[in-house]
Amino acid sequence: MRELHVSAITDAVKKLCMEANTVLEPDMLRAFDRALGTERSPAGRQVLQILKDNAELARTKHIPYCQDTGMVIMFVELGQDVRVTGGAFGDALNEGVRQGYTEGYLRASIVRSPFDRVNTGDNTPAVVHVDVVPGSLLRIMLMAKGGGCENRSKYKMLTPADGLPGVKEWILECVRTAGPDACPPLILGVGVGGTFEKAAILSKKALFRELGTPNSDPAVDTLERELLEAANRLGIGPQGYGGDTTAFGIHILTYPCHITSLPVAVTIECHAHRHKEITL
Amino acid sequence: MSVSLAADGIKDVRPPLSDADVMSLRAGDRVRISGVIYTGRDAAHGRLLPLIEEGKPLPIDVRGQIIYYTGPSPARPGDIVGSIGPTTGGRMDKYTPALLQLGLKGTLGKGARGSVVKDALRQHKAVYFGAIGGAGAVLSQFVKKLEIVAYEDLGTEAIRRLEVEAFPAIVINDCHGGDLYEDGIRQYAREAS
Repeated sequence: MRELHVSAITDAVKKLCMEANTVLEPDMLRAFDRALGTERSPAGRQVLQILKDNAELARTKHIPYCQDTGMVIMFVELGQDVRVTGGAFGDALNEGVRQGYTEGYLRASIVRSPFDRVNTGDNTPAVVHVDVVPGSLLRIMLMAKGGGCENRSKYKMLTPADGLPGVKEWILECVRTAGPDACPPLILGVGVGGTFEKAAILSKKALFRELGTPNSDPAVDTLERELLEAANRLGIGPQGYGGDTTAFGIHILTYPCHITSLPVAVTIECHAHRHKEITL
Repeated sequence: MSVSLAADGIKDVRPPLSDADVMSLRAGDRVRISGVIYTGRDAAHGRLLPLIEEGKPLPIDVRGQIIYYTGPSPARPGDIVGSIGPTTGGRMDKYTPALLQLGLKGTLGKGARGSVVKDALRQHKAVYFGAIGGAGAVLSQFVKKLEIVAYEDLGTEAIRRLEVEAFPAIVINDCHGGDLYEDGIRQYAREAS
């Protein structure tokens, strides 16, 4: 058994929170550059250029890229040969969020109850998904997920008769209804299959794939490319001002499902796609 | 006039705005806002509406003013403000017509407004500006002064008085029925090749 103290976990999460909100990942910066080369709309190009400048200013001046520093979502792969010592695993993750958001001048955006809506003051708690995997490593994939785009995420239970055409139509409908509200250019995380909750979780996890890299399943990769082209023909464009760059990517994960079901969940992510990961 | 066209084609906007000022703005116009604007989002609007319904005074005089839908991130030591980009305007649709009736002339956010708000913009001569969502670091550079004027307990959702200089925005919905989002899609949507 490998022993891992909770303080190491807290420190790692704290650092990920602070860095995710001020230093955009290279895959996002490359996406801005690619779009600047293809966007026809002058207003759209101007938006893309300002977003690039925004990323640079955020990095150099340690100002969050977006004032909505998000709800923290973590996908954690916990090696089965790791023994966490010194406290509770979940508490260690949330303590990292608390420290990262308070010490990093990040916005507290979480209310303790959806009904009384009193702010918790430190952006806790996070939403955490844990998988136990072989080995003695701990991998933490963290996302600061903005609310505006999350509010446009959708789920639909299709029928087997709806099939692939139905899935395509639904995903494009999600882009249309996300429209300018969700801060395009968007990234779509799509979960197809499993159950109601499995599809939703997959739709989040799909967002962690590096933008611009192919899906490991060639058939799904073709589908992703087809959908991205169709999404970018909708004309919504950067910020919805009209243009060719409505989405930077559509990432799909699938899972086996029941003979009666065709669940499709779509997480809408904005251009402030703040994701980081670390392995301890 | 509080709206004037500069040599670079951008319109300078300085609240308070009159009906004539608002009528001179068209969807798609690029603007620079200078002077005082107020912040307010979901929670603050939730407190303003009951006051309006009961005929009580509001903590700010909204006549001729612009409300910016934003909840800034905390300022680092020595900074005026943290990141301060717009939040989704549509969530304020429930509250906006009542504020426009009181004389509010502008709202500033991102994302589409509902038909009730678009109708109210026409009826009360008001305008919906868009700022670039997710450009909060860049937009912070245009804020020269910030003070909380109401509902401090709401934290980021408190009402703040901002002094801004050349804050960049674009007219999304004007008071003539113009809608930049609809125009944009009409211009750039393509059929499958």
